[in-house]
Amino acid sequence: MLQRGERYGNGMKVVLQNLTKKFPSRDRKKRDEVIAVDNFNFEIPDGKLIGLLGPSGCGKSTTLNLISGLVKPTAGRIFFGEDDVTGLPPENRGIGLVFQNYALYPHLTVRQNILFPLQNLKGKDKLSKEEMMKKAAEAAKLVQIDELMERKPRELSGGQQQRVAIARAMVKMPKVLLLDEPLSNLDARLRLQTREEIRRIQQETKITTVFVTHDQEEAMSISDMIVVMKEGAVQQIGQPQEVYDSPVNLFVAKFLGTPPINIFKGKIGGGRLYIGDEAVLAVGGVPDRNVYVGVRPEGFMLNENGPFGCQLNRVEVMGRDISVVSMHKECLNEVVRAIIGTETKADIGIDSAVKGGIVRFSLIPHKVFLFERETEKRIDAEVCSL
Amino acid sequence: MRKRKFSNSSLKGWLYLLPAILFLGAFMVYPLIDVFVYSFEEGYNSASQTYFGTGFYNYSYVLHDPYFLQAVKNTFILVVITVPLSTGIALLISIGLQAVRPLRELLQTIFFLPYVTNTLAVGMVFMILFKKTAYSEGMINLLITALGGTSVDFIDGPYWAKMFVLCFYTVWVVMPFKILILTGALSGVDRQYYHAARVDGTSKFRIFMRITLPMISPMIFYLVITGFIGAFKAYSDVVALFGTNLNAAEMNTIVGYVYDMLYGDSGGYPSYASAAAIILFAIILTITCINLLISKKNVHY
Repeated sequence: MLQRGERYGNGMKVVLQNLTKKFPSRDRKKRDEVIAVDNFNFEIPDGKLIGLLGPSGCGKSTTLNLISGLVKPTAGRIFFGEDDVTGLPPENRGIGLVFQNYALYPHLTVRQNILFPLQNLKGKDKLSKEEMMKKAAEAAKLVQIDELMERKPRELSGGQQQRVAIARAMVKMPKVLLLDEPLSNLDARLRLQTREEIRRIQQETKITTVFVTHDQEEAMSISDMIVVMKEGAVQQIGQPQEVYDSPVNLFVAKFLGTPPINIFKGKIGGGRLYIGDEAVLAVGGVPDRNVYVGVRPEGFMLNENGPFGCQLNRVEVMGRDISVVSMHKECLNEVVRAIIGTETKADIGIDSAVKGGIVRFSLIPHKVFLFERETEKRIDAEVCSL
Repeated sequence: MRKRKFSNSSLKGWLYLLPAILFLGAFMVYPLIDVFVYSFEEGYNSASQTYFGTGFYNYSYVLHDPYFLQAVKNTFILVVITVPLSTGIALLISIGLQAVRPLRELLQTIFFLPYVTNTLAVGMVFMILFKKTAYSEGMINLLITALGGTSVDFIDGPYWAKMFVLCFYTVWVVMPFKILILTGALSGVDRQYYHAARVDGTSKFRIFMRITLPMISPMIFYLVITGFIGAFKAYSDVVALFGTNLNAAEMNTIVGYVYDMLYGDSGGYPSYASAAAIILFAIILTITCINLLISKKNVHY
């Protein structure tokens, strides 16, 4: 059994080595297996908050369950610090786990819920009643629910239940805290508040934390690092901004960012990048070929002489900025959405940039990504304005 | 205006309730009151509609009747033994059913069979198992003698043997329904609770005591209440096993006593029957109230 830390602040690194999990297919007649996690390699640094991100069914929850020990890997190893924990059952790993729907025991009060893990301790770890009460009170204080100790879970709001679940996971002072879709059951306002709360608790305790989400905004906003997954395979690992600014493939580019990136069919020819018939940017260092062009919504600038024209649909004013919605025949999204900042007061140039229903843009080179048509991998090309 | 509108709508409500009220009133409430009244009328005769006087004489008679006391004793033994036993065994079987993957459906079907089997068929089976006739000893007795014991007459023999058969039969008959309810309740418990408990290193026994049991406590409570009431009302099973002359067999139950007082060979005493019925009613009411009180603390909805 792992030694429990005396105080919070004893996070440890978690190493996933060639981690693979295959499930037998639901259909018994078929012999093939479902690969939930495919050869996952990652070293989670000590004391960091990691967001596992991907669409539903991408294997992120399975990865979390593998780390927790609730699911046994088909292949690969898991290390906590220097210890190989691959064969250890969950209770001996020193983890805290928060479930998507919190899994608070409905018949127990908040205090009894938080005490529950402590009452399981046996032998030399066994605590006296006073010690248990003290630890429970500390955990409750950490998540600011010390006023609610005598209530039953159903008498609490979703956000409060979430805090109780975190307190219950933290009370044994785990080395690693695992959160499975911790915010998905909360309404929008609470979600914002709770995610900051999770960040605060994590930074206060410096506990190594892994959380799973399908909401890219959530992951980007509080994670030290994000891991983007698709169909069991890791797509990209990095700091949120880094992943956003240089996605390795079309999937990652599409998955990060709201509103989503605009994807066009385009081609490179003679050092120019064409979308439709219009050359929109200069490209260097790559042979001529067909490509996908990804343009972030903030990568458009209104310009009456701009090289790129779209059929204007409507303009949505959002206060902080405006959103120009238009159509383009080469665009794979339903609409082309451009976000234009309103720094220059009322004069945003929308009128001058529109002629005959066509709105003209110039593109900001570092907000434009090129992807191969076949593999959808990022093409490392030098892109600059014409 | 407002008041009139209110009475109008409540009139409509009463109208909708009328059919149910009529039927319940005619077949439930009126007889209940009638029985209550009879129980205080000495020597009521239903043919001539006459009685001698009023008072507690009927109760006094019934409570001093050795047959009634025997019936009360039998009923209480039956209740005290079969309700906890059948609920406990049903719980064990349900947990077992949850744990096994292969053949679960088959096992569930087998355990549920007694519920859909005809009472007479069940009676026949118990006859073959236990009854000693001029021609055969009965299966159980064959088994006992094969194991070196002496055969027992379970149907016409000693009191404890008959009580054993009755309890065995009752437990067996009520089991399938309880298993059905409990397997449903068990599979209704969210698996995440078990995952959470496992991560926290909870022992299997503690998971069962602190999580599973409280989670299914409403269903257990339901089964105990209905089990108590069902066992207190036992009669037809006893007749199926021991015939109609239950007083002679020392196997009468309270409901059996009521029936005998009305229609039995020594019957024709509606006043005594009513008093016995009211006593049974009071017993069931008391036990159910005690159950409700206990449940307040231990049942979690």
